[in-house]
Amino acid sequence: MNDHNKKQILIQQLQACLPASSILSTAEELRPYECDGLSAYRELPLLVVMPETIEQVQAILRVCSRLEVPVVARGAGTGLSGGALPLSNGILLSLTKFNRIFEIDQLNRIARVQPGVRNLAISEAAAPYGLYYAPDPSSQIACSIGGNVAENSGGVHCLKYGLTVHNIQQLKVVTIDGEVLTIGGSGFDSAGYDLLALMNGSEGMLGVIVEITVKLLPIPEFAQVILAAFDDVVKAGTAVGDIIAAGIVPAGLEMMDNPSIRASEAYAKVGYPTEAAAILLCELDGSEAEVHEQVSNIEALLNQAGAISIRKSTSDAERELMWKGRKAAFPAVGRISPDYYCMDGTIPRKELPNVLQRISELSSEYGLAVANVFHAGDGNLHPLILYDANREGELHKAEALGGKILETCVEVGGTITGEHGVGVEKLNQMCVQFSSMALEQFHAIKHAFDNKQLLNPGKAVPTLHRCAEFGAMHVHGGKMPFPELERF
Amino acid sequence: MGARCHFLSWNDFNYYPETISLSDLSEQLQAQVQQARQNKTPLVITGGGSKSFYGHSCAGEVLSVSEHRGIVDYEPRELVVTVKAGTPLKELQQTLSDNGQMLPFEPPGFAESATIGGTIACGLSGPRRPFAGSARDFILGCKVLTGKGEVIVFGGRVIKNVAGYDVSRLMVGALGTLGVLLEVSLKVLPVSEEEVTIAMPAHVNEAIDIMNARAGQALPLTAAVYDGEAVVLRLSSTGQGIKEAKKKIAGDELKQGAEFWQQLNEQEHFFFADDMPLWRLSLAPATLHLGLPGGWLFDWGGALRWLKTELSPRDVRDAVEAEGGHATLFRNKEFWLQQESFPVFHPLPSSLMAIHQKLKSAFDPERILNRNKFYEDQV
Repeated sequence: MNDHNKKQILIQQLQACLPASSILSTAEELRPYECDGLSAYRELPLLVVMPETIEQVQAILRVCSRLEVPVVARGAGTGLSGGALPLSNGILLSLTKFNRIFEIDQLNRIARVQPGVRNLAISEAAAPYGLYYAPDPSSQIACSIGGNVAENSGGVHCLKYGLTVHNIQQLKVVTIDGEVLTIGGSGFDSAGYDLLALMNGSEGMLGVIVEITVKLLPIPEFAQVILAAFDDVVKAGTAVGDIIAAGIVPAGLEMMDNPSIRASEAYAKVGYPTEAAAILLCELDGSEAEVHEQVSNIEALLNQAGAISIRKSTSDAERELMWKGRKAAFPAVGRISPDYYCMDGTIPRKELPNVLQRISELSSEYGLAVANVFHAGDGNLHPLILYDANREGELHKAEALGGKILETCVEVGGTITGEHGVGVEKLNQMCVQFSSMALEQFHAIKHAFDNKQLLNPGKAVPTLHRCAEFGAMHVHGGKMPFPELERF
Repeated sequence: MGARCHFLSWNDFNYYPETISLSDLSEQLQAQVQQARQNKTPLVITGGGSKSFYGHSCAGEVLSVSEHRGIVDYEPRELVVTVKAGTPLKELQQTLSDNGQMLPFEPPGFAESATIGGTIACGLSGPRRPFAGSARDFILGCKVLTGKGEVIVFGGRVIKNVAGYDVSRLMVGALGTLGVLLEVSLKVLPVSEEEVTIAMPAHVNEAIDIMNARAGQALPLTAAVYDGEAVVLRLSSTGQGIKEAKKKIAGDELKQGAEFWQQLNEQEHFFFADDMPLWRLSLAPATLHLGLPGGWLFDWGGALRWLKTELSPRDVRDAVEAEGGHATLFRNKEFWLQQESFPVFHPLPSSLMAIHQKLKSAFDPERILNRNKFYEDQV
């Protein structure tokens, strides 16, 4: 059977379970889905399907399982690692029509929602009850909660309130066989293995999420942001450790270096000190008295650590403005450079000064500028590598530099991705971070859920073959990686 | 030393994490598992034996982890501790406390001999759980000896990490059935400046309402329990924070607050001094009182309910399931097991059970690790 016939059969079978308007098949219709937030990678899927009900998702997956057609699930398409990059021989399952908030249960402090609901929309719906959904990725006005679960997204407040995995109570998931699983409980735990933990951050490889129960927290009574400027990046990095060492866990603790400060200020005009080498944004929340007490402690610490200026928010409006610059850092950098490539490594906090130094060395070595935005409290770095895709070979150079930065993160005891996921982007660096035994174990887990390898195949976990090929370029001390693999 | 310290030489670095250097007991434990796999001998993983009552009893050769102990790495500024599984929980807690930090999930030990490995394998958390998170929320990474006899490192020592499936959290509460924990890295937090315990008398459904209404307000709550007579709340904050919070909550301050929470968590509270079957019910916190006959104690703001009853397991489970919860026969399972064979843990729907078995196969193909301890293993 040729590809055209196969596509026709697939369309026919899908039409039996979906309205024709929910199936997109022409090149013009497919184009908007060719990439997610990582636009350097593009591919047109065979088809895009847009189901509206769980039954339709079940039917689609049964068809795909029967015909052995790969399925890539997609939320809002804001992911930064190519997790929702289509496969040319597969369908793209868009969950944007799953956009309803079913209930806000005030007393149990949960919201039951569909996966296509935007992150921020949950907090907006919960606000009348004095509650909110804590994880706040910078893309929260656009990103969907389903995508957040698939990637285990973070945000600027996860130092105190945790990642997505800490804030999800229950999921309804459709398996590749079309079965609906309820994972997690109505209470704080469920019987059996913690499959809920496994689903969070599984990048659409284990099942398609069709319903989500999130935990809601009371909106803090009071919050204040301190903005501290430093004339030296290393001093700012050290101050981060000082705050944590003092026994204070801020709601958020962010750092930006000079190129990021200037870009954000030019874009958002929030009054950042553009002459500073680095700024820290530190948010405290709680009762007013508690916050005032902690703010004065932190102010003293920051002064000791060599801050050249300190500004404190005097109203919620000012506090939000101070965050606005930080949350807009990516698009702001997008204005000063034709393209940028965002990294997501996480390191032990104490390594911050070292790794900053190393990034700056790598930046000059590769001749590409790097702007740094960090979730400093978590040790999660977002170096933005500035490049111009229209210049021959520059994307490749940016990727190589990015790879080196991630390998540096692994070297100092960190990880290649703190919150953006592996997707297609960091497959090679997975080979650096994990042993072949660990990778094989990941494949075995995938197999337990999806033995035909149809759910987002090829993402998140590299094959050992790929690692052998990649590793061959990185022979150190005469040691071959994955010595147990046959060579060719 | 200045902050701008020497950077690790690039060439010194060994790129390949699979060359894990095994030290002390790891190698012996690995050899024992490999041997057992070859002979298909079931192994019973033991630590300090403090929670051996939990789960089904299983038969086999003892694999003792308790001598594999010691704190591998602890830097208070990083809020992370890495510790070998056989390390006594008490020892770890003492070290953390010396540095003004704690395990935020407040795990019960149930005996001096409790180890951190057993604590994580059982995945139990104390009264702080609804407000701080559970054992699985604080694990960052682990070194595991699988039933295949492989020593594998998952996760890491950093707070955010989404590379690969989250196997570390999967290990929490798996009762050793997916692998022998050799080492765990945990996120720790500073202890609060001050803590205060406040009690207010209430009837049962009123108590459930109070606990959940309070949990939905901006208060520094770190525990909420109802013992049948009074709602008891714990507040943790700075000195000023406590002062302010106390203004909002009417009730009597309990002078022996710390002892109260300790006894409750360790099940030394008089409620637990009993040989009756003890059920652990997990429910949505605001669920109305189920009203089954027996003794009740409500922890976790109502999300964790202890029930002492001679009511049949089926009746208990039906009532809990109707509310979307699950029920574990936590202690004194012998009461029922002498008469009939039934699962200690809440039965799973067949679709989930199938995934369970496949995961078990993926980590322990011969089903040698704690066979039948969690759910029945098909050998």
